[in-house]
Amino acid sequence: MTMIAVTSEGPSLDDLVDPRFGRAAGFVVVDLETMDIQYIDNGQSQVMAQGAGIQAAELVARAGVSCLLTGYVGPKAFKALSAAGIKVGQNLEGLTVRDAVERFKSNQVEIAAAANRPGR
Amino acid sequence: MIVAVASGKGGTGKTTVAASLATIWDGPVLGVDLDVEEPNLNLFLHPVIAGSEMAHMTVPMVEEAKCTYCGACSELCQFKAVSVFNQVILIFPEMCHGCGGCMAICPEKAISPGQRELGEISWGRAGDVGFLSGRLRIGEAMSPPLMRRVKARLDQMLAVTGGDAIIDAPPGVSCPAVNAVMDSDVILLVTEPTPFGVYDFKLAWEAFTPLGKPMGAVINRAGLGNDAIYRFCREKGLPILAEIPYDRAIAEAYSRGRVIAALSPGLEATFVTLRDEIRDLAKPSRSREAAHA
Repeated sequence: MTMIAVTSEGPSLDDLVDPRFGRAAGFVVVDLETMDIQYIDNGQSQVMAQGAGIQAAELVARAGVSCLLTGYVGPKAFKALSAAGIKVGQNLEGLTVRDAVERFKSNQVEIAAAANRPGR
Repeated sequence: MIVAVASGKGGTGKTTVAASLATIWDGPVLGVDLDVEEPNLNLFLHPVIAGSEMAHMTVPMVEEAKCTYCGACSELCQFKAVSVFNQVILIFPEMCHGCGGCMAICPEKAISPGQRELGEISWGRAGDVGFLSGRLRIGEAMSPPLMRRVKARLDQMLAVTGGDAIIDAPPGVSCPAVNAVMDSDVILLVTEPTPFGVYDFKLAWEAFTPLGKPMGAVINRAGLGNDAIYRFCREKGLPILAEIPYDRAIAEAYSRGRVIAALSPGLEATFVTLRDEIRDLAKPSRSREAAHA
């Protein structure tokens, strides 16, 4: 069973990928075999003054995903996701969650080697 | 007596007022730059620096061999300075606020005190005026921890020399600004009669009023803008202790790093009167009429 998480502006496959990771509205967690989904709300990270990316990384790590698809990831979040063994696919803003997942399934998402946003 | 020179809006003349006050003060006085993110009091007082030291705060260091990844520290930390992922523990020292909770709660004693550099504290003299300043390390996000260390040194210096201190506070109304004024005896709010000046002045008045300290206004660039600031002060019973005219000669002197109280006998008199008004304000038991009699 392979699970991936996608930052999302809403709870469905047809919502748009939220470009932000740490302050994403939530995460759509997709089982790639069955395409079953579950939604994790990220409100508790959004309200943090600092450390939203680290907390968001804790949330997706707890969901047991092996990969995260999103728009931008900062350096602290990237470090945390790497520590959790989660691969990161970036620059997917503008797509729907479904399109991002399809792109991943057809091996068109490059796995990032580093953060693509400066830290704050 | 400690006088904090603060403002809501930046660029209204805090440093101009603090430097002038320190220069005309009669008796031992320390000019203290607590605007550690962008200290500039030195540009006007031109102090000879006698000493300096780096300031640090305690942050967690983990001995991973002892860690069982129980996650107690991670759960406790509200700032995500410690985070546990399965079999990995991560420390983000720059996120730490220094509470020490992770070290206290760790059942394996795997977390020990490390250090994060906050910035530099320096001190010296400018003629008769003592000088003390903090300068935040570039990249450091939190200024209150360094400000607390500058204030601790201020207490030590005052214990030796006696006298008064004039604090040049950071602008705004957030933690650094509150931190700069909270231990003072009098708060001076420097503003300008522009819409931005008035708006931020109201925010500062609201933020500092709960501290219950004597407060007075200094209106810089008087003659500019409108009379909204005067109406607000009258309405709130906030005394206007001095007005500094909107004058090109003052701007030129400022741009050359000069203390404006030395610019003309009129300006010197303005600051001498301001000094006396501050002393009056700091003694609420004595009525203003009696003090002037």
